This record gives sequence, C-alpha cells and structure tokens, in this order.
Amino acid sequence: MNMDTHELARRAAEEGLLDVAYTTVDAPFGRMLVAATPRGLVRTAFEAEREDDVLTELADRISPRVLEAPARLDGVRRELHSYFEGRLTEFSTPIDWQLSHGFLLRAREACAAIPYGQVRTYKELATAAGSPEAVRAAGNAMAKNPIPIVVPCHRVLRTGGALGGYGGGLECKRWLLDLESGTLRIYS
Amino acid sequence: MRLPPFQTLIDHHGRDVHRYLVACVGPIDADDCWQETMLAGLRAYPGLRDDRNLRGWLLRIAARKVLDAHRATRRRPIPVEAVPDRAVDAPAPSDPALWRAVRRLPEKQRAAVTLRFAADLDYAAIGDVIECSEAAARQNVRAGLAGVRKEWDR
Repeated sequence: MNMDTHELARRAAEEGLLDVAYTTVDAPFGRMLVAATPRGLVRTAFEAEREDDVLTELADRISPRVLEAPARLDGVRRELHSYFEGRLTEFSTPIDWQLSHGFLLRAREACAAIPYGQVRTYKELATAAGSPEAVRAAGNAMAKNPIPIVVPCHRVLRTGGALGGYGGGLECKRWLLDLESGTLRIYS
Repeated sequence: MRLPPFQTLIDHHGRDVHRYLVACVGPIDADDCWQETMLAGLRAYPGLRDDRNLRGWLLRIAARKVLDAHRATRRRPIPVEAVPDRAVDAPAPSDPALWRAVRRLPEKQRAAVTLRFAADLDYAAIGDVIECSEAAARQNVRAGLAGVRKEWDR
C-alpha cells in the first residue's frame, strides 16, 4: 500500500484525531452518505445532497478533521442493510444529536420514538415534542432532519394521510412506508 | 475561517506528498513518512490560521518528517540498497540511481530539487516549504542540480 488511508483513519481514531468519520452505503434508492463522531451517528444524507456540500457542512459545524473511514461505520452499514432488507425494525446505533437544538431537537427525538411500521401526523409530532401549536416548526424539523432513515422522518405525514415532503423524494418516502407496512415485495 | 474537510486535502494533495516522500526517502520509508505527515497534519489542522496554501503546508510537514527519517537512518546500520519486495505504484522516480544522488545532497538542496521535480512546485512555493526566499530556493535547486551532475559525471 502506498497511501494507506484506512490505516491513517485507524491511527487517527486511536489518537483521538478523527472527529468525523464518513463512508457511503448502498441503499435501494441510491447511495447514502453516513457520518459519525466518536459519540455516534451524526448525519445521513441522500444522493440529492451533494457529498462535497455535506462534508463541508460537517467540517464547518463539527470539526475539519473529517476522514473517509468505512471501518468506523461498519455497525451502521450493517444495520442499514438489514433494515432495507426488512430484517431490522429498530436501530441500536448510538446517535450524536449535536446538529439539533431546542425545539428541533425535541421534535427529532420525538420522531425517533415512533415505532417501526407506525405513522404520526405533523400535529401529533408537535404535541409529542411539547408544543402542540408548533406544527409548522415540526414540519421544518423533519424537512431538515440531519439523520434521515435512522431518525424516521418518513413516518410523519400530513393530517389526512397525504405524504407531505421528503428530502429523499416522495417515491423514496413511499418505498420506506411500504417496506415497513409489509406491503413491499422484496426481491432477493 | 472555513477549513475544508481534511479528506479533501488528502484527495487533492496526498499523491504529491507521497511522490515527494518517495523521492526524498525512497519507496519503502515513504509510506511510513506519509502516515506520519498526515497524522501530524490532522493534529495541527484545526488550529491552522492560514488556508491559502494547504499543499505547501502539507509539504512543509512532510519535509520535517523527512528530516526525522534521515536522522533515524543515520542511527541505523547502513542499509543495503534493498529492492522493494512489493509493487510500488507511486509515480516512481524514473531513475532510482539519479534520485539516490539527489538524496546525498545537502539538506536544503535536496529538499529544493525534490520539491521542484517530484512535487512540481514553483520556486516561491519551494521557498515557502524550506523557509527561504524565492531567489534562495532557485539557487538551492541550481546548486543541487550541479551537485547531482558532478556525482553523475564521476
């Protein structure tokens, strides 16, 4: 090996110099970027967000010590693959909430508590987050969710059942809901 | 100041740094030096005040690691010129004997010649790395080339 970046990431982590580790994971609807700090999963992103932009955001908001380090994300990758295959209903990977604050944090934590296969309305989410009136803010918390899939903002719908929005595209949101309701045919 | 993700530095300049190291310490030690350079870079990175020449900054760290490697080598028994036992896909110095001659030059000349021809830096950037003026960098390259030529002609 000439420039062994995996070895570099391993040693950096050992010496406490790896503040943000990232890799890409294959999802049924395209590649996802996943990033973690030593505390836990901090960011997931769909292909629609440019990788450079996401990494720059992480460098600005967390630390510029950002390295591609697939081995640091083995656990998350395994869980995501199992989830996409319908074999995992609850993520156990620890979450680092540092990109969320105030009401946005409360709304996302409330979202993380929605069980697999169930859905809530934005209004119910706002209530669960402690501010029943803040329906629009709850929608905003979901729209800018930094950890989609693992923080399951796809389980939040408009009152009346309309899909609302989704960062990964509405087709993706429908796919995830079908997966969780067991109506999706999984080909293997 | 907004520093880019460190991975971007590796993607953009990692290869140049490695090429420079191969030219300075040979293909075997270059890999270790590269690791040490990048770790030292990571350590210092968040405190960096000037983001205008990140490539020069990395090469400056690499130059220090080369010094360390040379000091360590001097303490070791004289190594045989071993043939690497593995493939080296680094843009290998086209003529190893030539680079060995470069490696025998005085410190500054060696660094200047290597930075000029292995890392393709201009004289201002070389001066930046070895901490001298552009004119002095040019002079070091010239003197270094003369030294190599002299050895070559023997």
